[in-house]
Amino acid sequence: MTRIGVVTFPGTLDDRDAARAVRLAGAEPVALWHADADLHGVDAVVLPGGFSYGDYLRAGAISRFAPVMTEIVDAAHGGLPVLGICNGFQVLTEAHLLPGSMIKNDHLHFVCREQVLSVDNVDTAWTRDYTLGERITIPLKNQDGQYVADERTLDELEGEGRVVFRYQDHNPNGSRRGIAGISNARGNVVGLMPHPEHAVEAGFGPDGAKGPRSGTDGLRFFTSVLHALVG
Amino acid sequence: MGRVVVDVMPKPEILDPQGKAVAAALSRLGFGQFAGVRQGKRFELEVDGDVTDEVLAAAREAGEQVLSNPVIEDVVAVYADEQVPA
Repeated sequence: MTRIGVVTFPGTLDDRDAARAVRLAGAEPVALWHADADLHGVDAVVLPGGFSYGDYLRAGAISRFAPVMTEIVDAAHGGLPVLGICNGFQVLTEAHLLPGSMIKNDHLHFVCREQVLSVDNVDTAWTRDYTLGERITIPLKNQDGQYVADERTLDELEGEGRVVFRYQDHNPNGSRRGIAGISNARGNVVGLMPHPEHAVEAGFGPDGAKGPRSGTDGLRFFTSVLHALVG
Repeated sequence: MGRVVVDVMPKPEILDPQGKAVAAALSRLGFGQFAGVRQGKRFELEVDGDVTDEVLAAAREAGEQVLSNPVIEDVVAVYADEQVPA
């Protein structure tokens, strides 16, 4: 069975939901500990959301130096699929696996809403089960969610098709060019602010076509990586 | 005992949401003379001995590699704090 690691840092909140999403997609979740410089042979890694190290210094800035991150950075350069969600995305930018950074939302408030995104790249390890341009709804909940990068980096990301998700209908935090998520050049590393792991099971997701809390648009992140791994 | 101060500020081209909120609060409280505010961070690094050139160089390196994120911030000053009693 495909084994997908879910990292827990001190202050991580969504590791259990991420592990549950992995299980619902048909893989085996493997708990990875921040202080353990060992990936235990997993086939992919999820960096979940939360407030690792209390967001001290900058969101994700201390986590980047955790022993497990050295292993993840090495493995990601070798092609290991890595998904960073919310705080996990912030960790990936601090670890230089993805460009840019997140600053406070332009309106300064914490946001918690069901957010519509477009999937604008379906060639990454984490999005191949979506159709290009598909609109999905998953929760967004953060304070430091405003994606920023210099104009050259933004042009490069757009030119190379590495803007994987864009906010639709409403830019909830002032992110440059409405960017919600990006990938590295190879497409194995993906980071986004919204939370696919909270939209994987009917009864617990956002409101969907089949009624309240029926939305499961996030599940295909996790089935995508399974299909990417088995080819 | 010595102390090195490292000042980190948001890059000029990055909108500083916190600074904007502080500026609005100041204006509400009657401090109309301040047209803008930018909010940064001050780090105080303690060393056991004197603040030598090597210590300052190490503080600058730490400032650029850890204390700031070059995508959104600049290290604007690194200096020995002369206020520390010897």
